[in-house]
Amino acid sequence: MSEHVLPKKLYFMVFLALIVLTAITTGAAFIDLGPFNTVVALAIAVIKGSLVVLFFMHLKYQTGMTRVVILAALLWLAVLIGITMSDVFTRHWTEKGKAWQQSSIISPDGDTRSTVLRLPDRA
Amino acid sequence: MADAAHASAAPVAHQFDDFEQQTIADTFGMWLFLATEVLFFGGLFCGYSLYRNLYFEAFTAGSHLLKINYGAFYTALLICSSLTMALGVRAAQLRRRTALMVLVSLTWIMGFAFVFVKLRYEWYGDYLEGLVPGLNWAPSRESMEMINHFHAAGPHVALFFIFYFCMTGLHALHMVVGLGLLTTLLIFAKQGKVTGGNYNWVELVGLYWHFVDIVWIFLFPLLYLIGGRYV
Amino acid sequence: MSTVAVEVTPTLPEVHYLNADYGWRSWLFTTDHKRIAWLYLFAITGFFAVGGLMATLMRLNLIEPQGLLMEPASYNKLFTAHGLIMIFFFLAPSIPTVLGNFLIPIMIGARDVAFPKLNLLSWYIFMLAGSVFMFSVIRGGVDTGWTLYTPLSTTYANGHVLSAAVGIFISGFSSILTGLNFMVTIHKMRAPGMTWFRLPLFIWALYATSVIFILAMPVIAITLALIALERVFHVGIFDPALGGDPILFQHLFWFFGHPEVYILILPSMGVMSELVAAGCRKRIFGYSFVAFSSVAIAAISFMVWGHHMFLSGQSLYAGFVFSALSFAVAIPSAIKVFNWTATMHKASVSFDAPMLYAIGFIGLFTIGGLTGLFLASLGTDVHLHDTYFVVAHFHYVMVGGAIMGYLGGLHLWWPKMTGKLYPEAWARFACLLIFAGFNLTFGPQFILGYLGMPRRYSVYPPEFQVLNVMSSAGASILALGYLIPLIYFTWSALKGPIAGPNPWGAKGLEWTIPSPPPTNNFDETPIVTEEAYAYGHEEAHVG
Repeated sequence: MSEHVLPKKLYFMVFLALIVLTAITTGAAFIDLGPFNTVVALAIAVIKGSLVVLFFMHLKYQTGMTRVVILAALLWLAVLIGITMSDVFTRHWTEKGKAWQQSSIISPDGDTRSTVLRLPDRA
Repeated sequence: MADAAHASAAPVAHQFDDFEQQTIADTFGMWLFLATEVLFFGGLFCGYSLYRNLYFEAFTAGSHLLKINYGAFYTALLICSSLTMALGVRAAQLRRRTALMVLVSLTWIMGFAFVFVKLRYEWYGDYLEGLVPGLNWAPSRESMEMINHFHAAGPHVALFFIFYFCMTGLHALHMVVGLGLLTTLLIFAKQGKVTGGNYNWVELVGLYWHFVDIVWIFLFPLLYLIGGRYV
Repeated sequence: MSTVAVEVTPTLPEVHYLNADYGWRSWLFTTDHKRIAWLYLFAITGFFAVGGLMATLMRLNLIEPQGLLMEPASYNKLFTAHGLIMIFFFLAPSIPTVLGNFLIPIMIGARDVAFPKLNLLSWYIFMLAGSVFMFSVIRGGVDTGWTLYTPLSTTYANGHVLSAAVGIFISGFSSILTGLNFMVTIHKMRAPGMTWFRLPLFIWALYATSVIFILAMPVIAITLALIALERVFHVGIFDPALGGDPILFQHLFWFFGHPEVYILILPSMGVMSELVAAGCRKRIFGYSFVAFSSVAIAAISFMVWGHHMFLSGQSLYAGFVFSALSFAVAIPSAIKVFNWTATMHKASVSFDAPMLYAIGFIGLFTIGGLTGLFLASLGTDVHLHDTYFVVAHFHYVMVGGAIMGYLGGLHLWWPKMTGKLYPEAWARFACLLIFAGFNLTFGPQFILGYLGMPRRYSVYPPEFQVLNVMSSAGASILALGYLIPLIYFTWSALKGPIAGPNPWGAKGLEWTIPSPPPTNNFDETPIVTEEAYAYGHEEAHVG
């Protein structure tokens, strides 16, 4: 655990960067970038998150073991999300896998009436 | 690193050999706890990733039904609170009790503002528009127009809103816990317990608070900015 | 391992952790890791009795093809409760919270764990969780099976899913905090000279287990919260009416569920290394292989969860990947078995109870592990999934493996924990009774599964009756085998002969301090200069 005190200027610069990036990500949402909207938004989020972790949470000045802990958590989260998604998106590669999609009561053209979902009426 | 002045000023629990070992152990313990939180939120992110890719139109429609102004406001607010929290840790390191108390109070106020505005204005507004699945899912005419505009299916949009409320709700719950931690910290600060060289408790609360901020940094684009707002 | 010849009759130390303080407050507000271990020991023994009672009722019911005792609805509630209690309230805590709590600080040369108050809090959280869960059982129970699959658990189950889920959710926090405590302790509080590669292998195993606690338990927590949400609000993310996928639940559940079963077996493997080293008076063959295999098991265990879902509607290609990785995860386990066996080769093997349990473990775990490969293969799993073959497989590893390891460890360290010796003849007899009863109970179940008897059924075709009766008969012998240690351990604690600091003549920091140890474990922090299991050659030929 590092004892050294970071200069105020560093904190303010990180803060400024975070605000600017927030503005950019919000503004970028109003521009049509096609599929890159998502990429840009996520990339900016990763940069912002990294700034907070490295400087506000002092990870830059911590031992290697702390980095391993965070990286391990992120890695195994990636495994969970990655393999789960790879299951759903390869089901249609075999005939039998299609059955699940077709069992959904949502018709292919997006019919919004639900025959199964019953909820209390609005008061 | 920790000199004799620290060791004599700060209490060291009996299982530790010295103040430095205690500080290192406490900090490492907090990082491990944050790792568990990554996986805790992660389960929701897993479901979100899956359904966003399956029902992109519905998620886009749902995202457009959210109030982007609130989202951006929250993001800026939490970033400010992270700044004050980080500066608070610095104040504790420099043994400045008053500065610490001011900064922790500011952090608390901003955190409270976040929770208050979210519940009182944003969520209540969603409720009035009939956008709360399980309570009163009956989207208003304007909302239905938005949904149809994206050729989405109503029930899939309901699924989006379940994720919206679960993820922001879990986040808000963590904020409330954070407010509790900040209150405790404020009390300790007032009693001078964390400005005598043993500022680690401030660092630990700070780590938790920054983590909750990072979760929001990801929730904002994933929930409020899906598919772009250029339509 | 015949007891090392002592010149003086061993005596109990004047002051030790058990008599340092008296009164219920000194126990319920203790922060001493050794006392907390006892708190857990009593708690999990109670839960074992409840879970065992349910198993008894189940096996009694299965004596008759039409079910001797109960309706299917009740039977469903029994096996659900049996599974949840045994896994969450007995097996998962058993070795980590009893043996781990007691031994980790001592084995690394520390005075206590990193966060003693958190340790006590973990126990209280555990007791709260158990109470909430038992409330659910007493109110009528849950009939979904321990895996709580949707949409049964969220929509159609009639029962107390919510309170059961809350109970398990709370127990997860207890485990997370224990795992966190252990990891920080092992990383930051080792005595001078205690490098990573001088640690007992028990510590490596518990470290790997703690990693799994940290990474897996939060996922079951969020999954249970989602079930609770769907129960309360009647809409959820697994609901097909909204376009939800019930198999998403299975992914989330088994991402936790498979590492969970390694939480159950890894600590027992750690105990095994200690049992074999002490029982053979020899250093473990291939120390670093065994150490790294624990870490490898923890890591790979997170990537195989889909082998529980081969028949769920999961993509065939995902199935390929999971099947291949499941074969891979068997390798580190096999490495351990080879190393223990190699340690026994040309060693002076004792036949005291701890070593008997260890030998039993090697055989039974090997059978359990190999039958797991049948289930990991897509082709055979199609026929064996959801049959008694699966039930037999996991009981061989969980009972034949994990519980045998736990009992072996209890016997090995009982003299350290109480300062008393248990009666060796009775212990050996009980071990053999357990071994025989266990095999009679679960061996026939492999055949039943292969022949097609489904699991979780309270009735079955009449041609399966003989095997079922054999299994039930075995269960009664097994129950007797478990009862006997309860009696002689109680006797030993009260009236047993005094053990002395090192009745086994074993190596390890725990054997250098008095039995029972003082509250602070070490008068002076030890300085470690030896490798682990530093048995010299001359001791290998004693007795």
